[in-house]
Amino acid sequence: MKVKVTVMPKTGVLDPQGKAIGHALEGLGFAGIGEVRAGKVIELELTETDPAKAKAAAEEMARRLLANTVIESFRVEVA
Amino acid sequence: MKAVIVVFPGTNRERDMAIALERATGRKPVMLFHRETALPSGTDLVVLPGGFSYGDYLRCGAMAAQSPIMREVARFAARGGHVLGVCNGFQILCEAGLLPGALLRNATLRFLSMDCHMRVERAGTPFTAQWQQGAVFRAPMAHGDGNFFCDDETHRHLVDQNLVAFRYCTPAGEVTDAANRNGARDNIAGILSPNLRVCGLMPHPEDLVDPLMGGTDGLPMFTSLAEAAVAA
Repeated sequence: MKVKVTVMPKTGVLDPQGKAIGHALEGLGFAGIGEVRAGKVIELELTETDPAKAKAAAEEMARRLLANTVIESFRVEVA
Repeated sequence: MKAVIVVFPGTNRERDMAIALERATGRKPVMLFHRETALPSGTDLVVLPGGFSYGDYLRCGAMAAQSPIMREVARFAARGGHVLGVCNGFQILCEAGLLPGALLRNATLRFLSMDCHMRVERAGTPFTAQWQQGAVFRAPMAHGDGNFFCDDETHRHLVDQNLVAFRYCTPAGEVTDAANRNGARDNIAGILSPNLRVCGLMPHPEDLVDPLMGGTDGLPMFTSLAEAAVAA
């Protein structure tokens, strides 16, 4: 079962990478760009077949390793 | 003093650290590979040196914090052992939960390779005993992710409990925004655990311990540790 973990910088945590991407997009002439935030997506292939259990397992993985909850929030989606 | 330097894949400042420790203590430190599951008996000090452990994959220090030896380092710290983390070592200590906060990408997004100055904010600890309170010293820094971050509650705790060890400052000792090159919260360059036995900082005092290196500004940290080990 495929599980997708999206890790994003927490609200209020400075995201200079997102800011730089925003500036670069403006430099390319794209207009109307508000805040840009950059995070990462981690796809997991799990042998678990129960979606609820797969989600719970991925959430535990996110808390223990995939995200640093001091600075990042995460969201788990089961495909 | 029996010092142990933990070496992870991608660690690259362990030899500099060994020179500094040997100079201060007269004893060669033990190099310990990350797959080890025990510290040598009689270990007085564990050092996590700088580098790019595991290629900074996922987050700086995240992989190293989960390696087998770190469980033992956590137990050592819980027993009151001395642990020093420099640069990547500081990032690993934060990722392992041995120190609070996290190190974000430098606010400018630039890798900083230059000297900085730090003010000793807490003298009289095992890491700072050989400095006067408020002393200013120079140290090289070389990092892309040294922007110390913590939430308001943690920041209040660090300040109230006097656990900020070093702040970035001008050569004259003024704590200014301009001296805070990586954008760290409240100019924080290094912090201490509540029992004052665990210390992490971004700059590299081990790279200024001999006149041949251009100065001995960093030596007091290592002579402090050598004295602390004798006293312990």
